[in-house]
Amino acid sequence: MNKILFWNEEKIGISLIKIVVVLLILFICTMILLLVHMSLPAIKVFGLSFITNSEWNPVEEVFGAWPFIYGTLVTSFLALLLATPFGVFSALFISDICPLRFKGILSTLVDLIASIPSIVFGMWGLFFLAPFVRDHLAPLLREIPLSGPLFSGPCFGISILSASMILAIMILPTISSLTREIFNAVPTTYKEAALAIGATNFEKIKLSLLRPSLVGIIGALGLALARAIGETMAVVMLIGNTPQVVLSLLAPGATMASILANEYAEASSTLHLASLCYIAVILFAITMIVNFLARILIRVLSPKW
Amino acid sequence: MLARKIKNQLFLLFVSTIMLLTCIPLLLIIKHILTMGASAFSLELILNTPKAVGELGGGIAHAIAGSLLIVALASLYAVPIGIIAGVFLSEFRNSKLTFPLRTALDTLAGTPSIVIGIFAYVILVVPLKSFSGLAGSVALSLIIIPIVVKSTEEILKLIPITLREAGLALGFSRTKVIWHILIKCHRQALLTGVMLALARTMGETAPLLFTAFGNSNFTLNLRGPMASLPVQIFNYASSPHKDWQEQAWSGALVLIILVFLLSLSAKLVISVKLKK
Amino acid sequence: MKIYSLLLLPLLSSLLLLSSTVATAEQIIINGAGATFPYPIYTKWFSEFGKLNSTIQFNYQPIGSGGGVKQLLKETVDFAASDTPIKEDEKKSAPWPILHIPTVVGSVVMVYNIPELENSKSKEKLQLDGTCLAAIYLGKISKWNDPLLQKQNPKLVLPNKDILVIRRSDGSGTTEIFTSYLSASDTTWNSSPGSGKSIAWPTGIGAKGNDGITTMVKQSPYSIGYVEYAYAVSNALATASLKSGDNNYTAPSIASMSSAASSIGNIDSKDLQSGDLKKLSLLSQKGGKGVAAYPMSSFTYILLPLPKTPNAKLIALKQFLKWAINDGQSMAAKLDYAPIPKELAQKISEQLK
Repeated sequence: MNKILFWNEEKIGISLIKIVVVLLILFICTMILLLVHMSLPAIKVFGLSFITNSEWNPVEEVFGAWPFIYGTLVTSFLALLLATPFGVFSALFISDICPLRFKGILSTLVDLIASIPSIVFGMWGLFFLAPFVRDHLAPLLREIPLSGPLFSGPCFGISILSASMILAIMILPTISSLTREIFNAVPTTYKEAALAIGATNFEKIKLSLLRPSLVGIIGALGLALARAIGETMAVVMLIGNTPQVVLSLLAPGATMASILANEYAEASSTLHLASLCYIAVILFAITMIVNFLARILIRVLSPKW
Repeated sequence: MLARKIKNQLFLLFVSTIMLLTCIPLLLIIKHILTMGASAFSLELILNTPKAVGELGGGIAHAIAGSLLIVALASLYAVPIGIIAGVFLSEFRNSKLTFPLRTALDTLAGTPSIVIGIFAYVILVVPLKSFSGLAGSVALSLIIIPIVVKSTEEILKLIPITLREAGLALGFSRTKVIWHILIKCHRQALLTGVMLALARTMGETAPLLFTAFGNSNFTLNLRGPMASLPVQIFNYASSPHKDWQEQAWSGALVLIILVFLLSLSAKLVISVKLKK
Repeated sequence: MKIYSLLLLPLLSSLLLLSSTVATAEQIIINGAGATFPYPIYTKWFSEFGKLNSTIQFNYQPIGSGGGVKQLLKETVDFAASDTPIKEDEKKSAPWPILHIPTVVGSVVMVYNIPELENSKSKEKLQLDGTCLAAIYLGKISKWNDPLLQKQNPKLVLPNKDILVIRRSDGSGTTEIFTSYLSASDTTWNSSPGSGKSIAWPTGIGAKGNDGITTMVKQSPYSIGYVEYAYAVSNALATASLKSGDNNYTAPSIASMSSAASSIGNIDSKDLQSGDLKKLSLLSQKGGKGVAAYPMSSFTYILLPLPKTPNAKLIALKQFLKWAINDGQSMAAKLDYAPIPKELAQKISEQLK
């Protein structure tokens, strides 16, 4: 009797898990297919040249997605670049270096950033970050030798740089929280072993914390990058929605998420709506490609148990 | 020996500086919210429903109730589904379903919140010819799931395999191992991922604009349009009138405090059970 | 067993949550969506009307003019509000005829930030005409002390600085009014980029919403932008006077907006149903009775569906609208809108019977 019950429990449990997984996959596929369906009119008219065209003219119904693809890639990767050191090292500080009484406060403080609504980030960015970038940061950045085209041109505050900076602040708690939990989950035996052979704090961290957590951290970075790619409201307010492809980070630009948020509600012509949905489909494709590359990276770096 | 000590000190200094710098934007933003929103922050704000421009005593009680209801319904589904999917990805790595699930979830994680809103709009609002809190919950659950899955998977992956083997050796079925050893014993860590997801979800505007829509009246009816804090804040902040703008900032303050209280109480509930 | 409670709990709780209905049976709840511009006055009207008639409850969400029309056509809301009448193809896809009801008069004003003029003691406003404005937004005029600008402003000393052009990043009825004015004033603008809720802007950086442009102009020296009248007033921004139909420069004000509204010709029910812009447009009106008209004024409309058999909601809505275009007009000025002309209100009231 017990044997039968045991196997049933195991089978039911695992089948339940698999059913949930299948339903989830189907639901997400429905979303992707629905958007492909809604973008068909645009695919028929523009085909693949949509991806390389740079003109976006709702009045004359000529649409091309390249400036938005460029903007999305630049802002999200720049945001990740800016946020990663702060996220990982703040997590390190909280989980390892910090004295016990401050751990709670600091971790709550960092997690609290996650609860700030994206519109508030946008508004704060508009009030503080944009003028700060225009008046203080831009002149400083222009002084960097050999930076040339990266910081050229006039800066009005609303720019790719400001949008990337606000994105970095927004994805920081994702990186920090998850990395903190990953650091906490590393068995203490590893740390003790390092200390036992006479390592300094720095060496202990290098040997016993960073190596095993690396894969997990990359997972957290993947999630953070995904959020940066898809973030809508804050970017909309800080990027200037100027569909152009310029090297300068101080110039305004546009991202795929921002054009969707800006124009979807008011778009009335079929082609305009379909083109916006086409952009969403391209966004799906880019997310998939970026994640593929990240997974290859993880496989390369994974220690072979 | 000295070189190692110096490297150590430099590193500690470096990490501490980074920590300080990380706290700066947060403190700046909170200070900004406080200065802009303190004037309208009052008991009336939390308990009253909205009033027209220029009239005193308007509040956002309807938005608070709406947000709580919509997010509660969303997490009722999204959290269990997320944890189950996370368990699947970490425990059943060689299944045929693993690759499609990962691809689907990664794509979902990168979807702009407005696209998720559009999806929920097309499948729930248009056929039923009505905006609803339910549609809003469906949209929000799609935002919660990828975060919960990712954090669950990463945490479970770090649990040494010996713990699972011990469970199996004692005669547990895999299901029991998953539930009792993996999930129950590590619920504090798993909760962090859940709270991260919920914190973010409470502040999402775009998915609710075309699903829950918004409501200037107090209602608990999830089958009709419903107010939510982020949408109400957005409407007020975009208006030209100073009293509404102040209410928007106070609303943001209320939102942050609400999330803070939620995560605090969740941590308390979970840790109390552990002590027993 | 406990793992199954993980799945039962959500099912039971959601059944509970979804079955709750707190609204009382006699209450009629009317949902509307549309332009952000009239949101404050509509909220005021809903609250005042609610005091007279507590069985009718309103819910209006400012998602934008185009969004409102789309929701009305999909029948997810009971009425829409738009700054511009609906388009031909939208009219064709509508299951019933739609009545355009002008509710209040607003305007789009040019706001600017020139520090030298702020600090100077003279209260002179910047003066612009349609062609100049188009040239600025086309990028052809790039400095404040361009001779064309200086000629229009003999009393001001304009600085030798670049003009920072600010426009909307999101689609909006405000943009449609602004670009329609530019198209009407300048043939180059009319051919490209033309007018619409979203256009391909030749120059300028985009800010989201009227509030976005307001913040940007306030913070950026030597900038110019366009916002709805109420935003300029509430934020004490410097506004430009535009050349009106009678060749004078007119500043935006409740009086000049009312003047523009009062000079429209005869409106009949066909015009209200078709939303004929030729009759309803307030752009570049000549003005009447000695008060100059502000040339970028515009009505904002409530779009009322007219099905063959109106339900209780529509009857209640008609009641509200009759009150709003008559008694409600007295509340308009305080919120920075101009009331609609009395004759127009009368004609609409007849339509609403």
